[in-house]
Amino acid sequence: MQNNHLIDVEKLVMYFPVTAGVLRKKVADIKAVDDISFHIKKGETLGLVGESGCGKTTTGHCILQLHEVTSGKVFFEGTDLVQIKGKSLRKMRRHMQLIFQDPFASLDPRMTAEDIIGEPLLVQHLDKGKKYREQVYEVMRMVELEPYMAERYPHEFSGGQRQRIGIARALAVRPAFIVCDEAVSALDVSIQAQIITLLMKLREELHLTYLFIAHDLSVVRNISDRVAVMYLGKIVEITTSDALYSNPLHPYTISLLSAVPIPDPVVDRTRKRIILGGDVPSPINPPSGCHFHPRCYQAIDICKEQIPELRNLGGEHWAACHRV
Amino acid sequence: MLTVKEERVLEVKELRTYFYTDEGVVKAVDGLSYHVKKGECVGLVGESACGKSVSAMSVLRLIPYPPGVIEGGEIVFKGEDLLQVSEERMREIRGNRIAMVFQEPTTSLNPVLTVGRQISESLELHRGMDKESARSESIKLLQLVGIPDPERRIKDYPHQFSGGMQQRIMIAMALSCDPELLIADEPTTSLDVTVQAQLLEIIANLRAELGTAVIIITHNLGVVARYVDRVNVMYAGNLVETGPTEIIYAESRHPYTLGLLASVPRLDSPRKVAPRVIQGLPPNMAHLPTGCCFSPRCDYAMAECKEERPVLERVGEDHYRACFYDAGKLKR
Repeated sequence: MQNNHLIDVEKLVMYFPVTAGVLRKKVADIKAVDDISFHIKKGETLGLVGESGCGKTTTGHCILQLHEVTSGKVFFEGTDLVQIKGKSLRKMRRHMQLIFQDPFASLDPRMTAEDIIGEPLLVQHLDKGKKYREQVYEVMRMVELEPYMAERYPHEFSGGQRQRIGIARALAVRPAFIVCDEAVSALDVSIQAQIITLLMKLREELHLTYLFIAHDLSVVRNISDRVAVMYLGKIVEITTSDALYSNPLHPYTISLLSAVPIPDPVVDRTRKRIILGGDVPSPINPPSGCHFHPRCYQAIDICKEQIPELRNLGGEHWAACHRV
Repeated sequence: MLTVKEERVLEVKELRTYFYTDEGVVKAVDGLSYHVKKGECVGLVGESACGKSVSAMSVLRLIPYPPGVIEGGEIVFKGEDLLQVSEERMREIRGNRIAMVFQEPTTSLNPVLTVGRQISESLELHRGMDKESARSESIKLLQLVGIPDPERRIKDYPHQFSGGMQQRIMIAMALSCDPELLIADEPTTSLDVTVQAQLLEIIANLRAELGTAVIIITHNLGVVARYVDRVNVMYAGNLVETGPTEIIYAESRHPYTLGLLASVPRLDSPRKVAPRVIQGLPPNMAHLPTGCCFSPRCDYAMAECKEERPVLERVGEDHYRACFYDAGKLKR
């Protein structure tokens, strides 16, 4: 572990039990996150991409200790969060916040904007009285909301403004690390651009570290320094954002990138397209060997038998594939 | 002139669909005109609540009344004004000659009927098939849209399929009667990119094989660039720009289209450049500004934009826009 790392994830495993029958006997495991390791440097933005059900949200939740992890370690500035419980964990939580996907479902409709944004301050016993209100107004200004809106209820705001409330709530306790879980996916293009710009601005001003989870590769690449690609609970490739686009190595990354249309017909028509067959298999019973082999256009015999390790391929580029 | 007209599968003229709500009259679609030629793929692009879905629902007369009313205009499908025909005639056209794929497959499929039953229903109804031939046709259709093991799977219920598979079933249903026009309303929005690519490829292949005209309604400018021949950009209930796809992307002449294109982060663009942003919010459709609806958010707005509403004018070969600002001076 190096001291410029803010987050270090080591061999993280998160299985959810599948139960059946009246006795709720465990019959299988959903292997949502299956032995992954990575780090996030201070001030860095790590993008996490993958299709639905690949475990990217679960990874974010495990870092924030919103699940009791099955095994593995999550270090925040050298403290293993998995080991600490109760009060000391609650104290740590003020340093790590979460921005949710759906600005319509994640705000309590019966609370005013001020109550929503200020609640973490009360929970963490940080600012009270006059200072409380000042801090709420301060973060509202940071996210470009006017303080006179503080008395309004969520339904009085538009989707973009609600997402700003969600961001203000995350910022209220002055965290160092924020998990943005599909924070811009539900928004319209023009509003999405506004929120991305805001997140970039806040990152500079407040020296924030982000874990940016999304399924939209163009957005992730744009905002992240490095990107990790997940497939069925495993990281298949992790590298810098530039290398991910210019030199993707894992067949899954390559096909994922080729599936993203570029909004320019002239450029798009010259690109090579790889259309993957089938759907993502169930994480209850993932395929043997490399989980991607049934859909992979490069699969050979060894892929069916052996799970490929994440290997360093020079610099910051890691990939888990027998063929590279 | 006549020959050009004959090619047109659909012609929407001055369509106005209003919703009478407590907040006032929402002019969801207000004077919209466009057309779709045989075998053409037209994209209706715009942000939420710009009226793109309502305009498509109007074509099939599926606007819930009340509060929605089609106030005026013409929807000419193969020489027949759909706003004038009887409900009975409309039922013959709906799902048969014009088919629709809806946004959310999970809510559009009937959860208590097997998918086989749902596909054969339209075959029996519109094509007069008996149970047995409808069944074998359903299997063929499921095969066509790439569902493995269709003989077994037609006995399954919608919840036994993934989202991508459900959307394939929707497409199979839509294609069951060889429609002349397929309307796909955000067909891939809730799906992953790899599945999205599979489905759009299916639609593109079917268009090539069967010559079906397609309207794709979407907010994804990438999808438009890849699959669409002609782009119609909508804002606040009307077209602001229309033209061939290449022209719109390379030489757009409307500030809103330019803003939209600049808002999308691109995989091939330099990184860390914050996307150029359109300020402000889309207008409240119950209280539209006088003049150009985009003027409150427009960097180029002039005094006249606040007073008068621009209409579509020709700016190039088959390329029209609704804007007063000097086309040559717009910055890309």
